Amino acid sequence: MRIVHVDQIIETVAKLCWEACYYLPEDVLAGFRRAEKTEASPIGKTILQQLLENAEEAKVNHMPYCHDTGMAVVFVEVGQDVHITGGNFLDSIQEGVRTGYREGYLRKSVVGDPLIRVNTGDNTPAVVHTEIVPGDQIKFTVLPKGGGSENMSAMKFLLPGEGMQGVKNFVLQTIKEAGGKACPPVVVGVGIGGSFDKVTSLAKHAVLREIGVHHHEPHIAQLEKELLEEINNTGIGPQGLGGTSTALWVPIETYACHITALPVAVNIQCHAARKKTAVL
Amino acid sequence: MAEYRLKTPLTDEDIQMLQIGDQVLLTGTIYMARDAAHKRMVDLLESGQSLPVNLRGEVIFYAGPCPPKPGQIIGPVAPTTAYRMDPYAPAMYEYGVKGTIGKGPRREMVKEACKQYGAISFAAVGGLSTILSRRVTDVEVVAYEDLGPEAIRRLEVEDFPLLVAYDAHGQDLYEQEIAKYENYNKNANKGVGI
Ligand code: SF4
Repeated sequence: MRIVHVDQIIETVAKLCWEACYYLPEDVLAGFRRAEKTEASPIGKTILQQLLENAEEAKVNHMPYCHDTGMAVVFVEVGQDVHITGGNFLDSIQEGVRTGYREGYLRKSVVGDPLIRVNTGDNTPAVVHTEIVPGDQIKFTVLPKGGGSENMSAMKFLLPGEGMQGVKNFVLQTIKEAGGKACPPVVVGVGIGGSFDKVTSLAKHAVLREIGVHHHEPHIAQLEKELLEEINNTGIGPQGLGGTSTALWVPIETYACHITALPVAVNIQCHAARKKTAVL
Repeated sequence: MAEYRLKTPLTDEDIQMLQIGDQVLLTGTIYMARDAAHKRMVDLLESGQSLPVNLRGEVIFYAGPCPPKPGQIIGPVAPTTAYRMDPYAPAMYEYGVKGTIGKGPRREMVKEACKQYGAISFAAVGGLSTILSRRVTDVEVVAYEDLGPEAIRRLEVEDFPLLVAYDAHGQDLYEQEIAKYENYNKNANKGVGI
């Protein structure tokens, strides 16, 4: 058994919040560079160059890459041999987010009640996904999720008979409806299978996968390739101003499902594809 | 697709001259307002009251910045999704706003309002926040301070990079450009090209 104090959790989560917002991951930057080379539209090419420049300036000046520093989504994998002391585990994650958004000068974009809509002032609460796993470590991943792309995400129950083609149609339709509103080039996280709640969680987890890595199942990897090509043939392009780089990657995650069901979810991740992981 | 350096307030001649795809480097005063401020302003206009700030002839930037770090004029800032302001935009253009700055495509109602009232809907790059914040030379909250990042701010900008997305002639840059690149790679592979 390993003992972890909540102060360590607060510190780790706080740091992850601002680090994620300041420093765009290398796989995303590599995606921008590839897209910049192949982009056919002059406007699109200029935008991709500006995004690379923006990322560099953010890194050098330790500033948020995008002003919408999102609602924090925190994924936690807790080893079953960890014992937490000093306070409440979930509270410590919220305290970490509060500290990180304050110390990092990140924007506070959360309203406490979805209908009354008063800003909570400290960007809490975060959305926390916790999983118990083997081992004696805790792994934290912070995904600051901006509103522009999250708002364009969608979920649908297809008929099982609609199969691959049905999935493709739904993903393409979602991307076309999102157009420039979701700040392309995007990463298109797709969930297939599971239940109503599980499928959206799969789509969300999918965007955490490194750009360039395909699903281990060959038929899903093939679907990822075909969807990427078709999405880049929509013409939407960077910022929806036309072009051949609409998506950087289409990661798909799947799960078993009921004999009557074929749920699909699409979680759109904008070009501010921020994610940062740390292990305690 | 011409390039211009323009100063605010935009004149009617400026507006008639601008065509979709034109690049504009804008210098001068602009006003930042987004969802909550628009709701309040349009409620005032509908009940025949005056706005807390005179925005006739002005340009509105749909955005909400990060807090500034010590020594910074403004925190990172870039446009928010324009279509959320679509329900308010025609009323604001009718009132006398000459330009808006946002990201992403807008609805027919905005295209028509730009034509009817002689105004522009500009696009700036969403998420280009570090770069854009450095083009802001001054900022002051002028109304609705209680709205935090959504308060109305007056900004002084220098060479703020914009694209004309919807012009006063009823043209739509998004529609035009997307049509050019639809199936571009497919056609190119077949030797069709465009
Ligand atoms: S959609 Fe993403 S890149 Fe665009 S403004 Fe929102 S967080 Fe920033």
